[in-house]
Amino acid sequence: MRGNPATHQFAAPGSLEAVLSLLASEAGEWMPFAGGTEIMVAHAAGRLRASKFVSLCGIPDLRFISTNESELSIGAATTFSEIRKSDSVARDFPLLSRASSWIGAIANQSRATLGGNLVNASPAADSSPALLVYDAEIEMISVRGRRRIPYSCFHLGYKRTALAPDELLLAVHLPRRFTGHKQYLRKVGTRRAMAISKVALAVTALIEDNLIREIRIGAASLAAFPTRLRRTEDALLGGAITSETIAAAQAAVMCEASPIDDIRSTANYRRRVGANLLNEFLRSTASDGSST
Amino acid sequence: MKVPIEFTVNGASRRAEVEPMKRLLDVLREDLALTGTKEGCGEGECGSCSVRMNGELVNSCLVPALHASGAQIETVEGLADSSTLHRLQRAFLECGGAQCGICTPGMLMAATQLLAQNPHPSLEDIREGLAGNLCRCTGFTRIFESVAAAAALEAHAR
Repeated sequence: MRGNPATHQFAAPGSLEAVLSLLASEAGEWMPFAGGTEIMVAHAAGRLRASKFVSLCGIPDLRFISTNESELSIGAATTFSEIRKSDSVARDFPLLSRASSWIGAIANQSRATLGGNLVNASPAADSSPALLVYDAEIEMISVRGRRRIPYSCFHLGYKRTALAPDELLLAVHLPRRFTGHKQYLRKVGTRRAMAISKVALAVTALIEDNLIREIRIGAASLAAFPTRLRRTEDALLGGAITSETIAAAQAAVMCEASPIDDIRSTANYRRRVGANLLNEFLRSTASDGSST
Repeated sequence: MKVPIEFTVNGASRRAEVEPMKRLLDVLREDLALTGTKEGCGEGECGSCSVRMNGELVNSCLVPALHASGAQIETVEGLADSSTLHRLQRAFLECGGAQCGICTPGMLMAATQLLAQNPHPSLEDIREGLAGNLCRCTGFTRIFESVAAAAALEAHAR
């Protein structure tokens, strides 16, 4: 049953302040509308629950990529095309650059936004594994003020986030200290473009003298929301990369991951492939020491 | 409630009274009678409704009318000069890049976007540029060949 555009309100107040006061005036009634690549699909299918939308279009405070000495910041309404084209993202955060290049296809990347990808909170979100392994922070804003939390604390459950009803996702901040880390990202899906992940895994690791000094593993579609695999990280931390540690890490993934069976794949397949991707990363670092 | 939307379509100023959540696809087809843009999946997966908006490729089924306000829109109707086909259209004809035709307007717009940014694309570039456009007839090979042929034509031939 197709949605009827006449049943929806759609406001475009044009400034951040005006958007925030609208969100505050009727908390939970207004849904922010950025690129619309999720909302318009639900609209076409007649399954939009919200009836009032507020456009984030044309608000420069939400659409920027900036850097200072310590971090790179991306406005929540920045599109994946813009992220993909950014030299500073490509230099310091190549995994995010690559993830942006395989979200949907060109026509989706030109509309879909980083903030939308996170707020939509799909367990399979394409940008999430990279953000998790780069220790991203999320900045939220409302008429009450601003706050920053680690991205790893943003998802609370399936499609549930830390965002309050009157809050807007303002920006994502990435600390610029990963260029010396080995970096890995791989998405497994039915085809390269336009495919929702069966499973995706990102890793950043600081390896010195074949010892793992730091490691972060971010996964999509291995739990109800994008998440770090902390127990697997602990199993590797401080250890040398040997066949034994790799086997132990694979076992840890199999144990820690909690994927589901759905239309795209099975829980068993996802668990096994997640473990295999980690194996691929660890073996690549052990063999030639180069980052991917 | 309907609101007035003004925008530029294929170089001409146009105006429509539409609901702000109405899909750009429907505004083009119903309000402006530009039926060259086709609806395939209606959920941004197939690329049939691809148009250019402010120089970027978009799925018009996912763009609300409000976001098209003030924009420069290019549709397949804008490709040909009054009597001369665009080089991409000629190449699609000559290389067998079109069969049933439903995906063709979207393919042409995605290819227009690609050539605007990358006048000499490799086969890999073509595959990526058209990766969001599905065809169920040709098997894609002839479409990719058409784009390569158009790119090889003199640039001044449009």
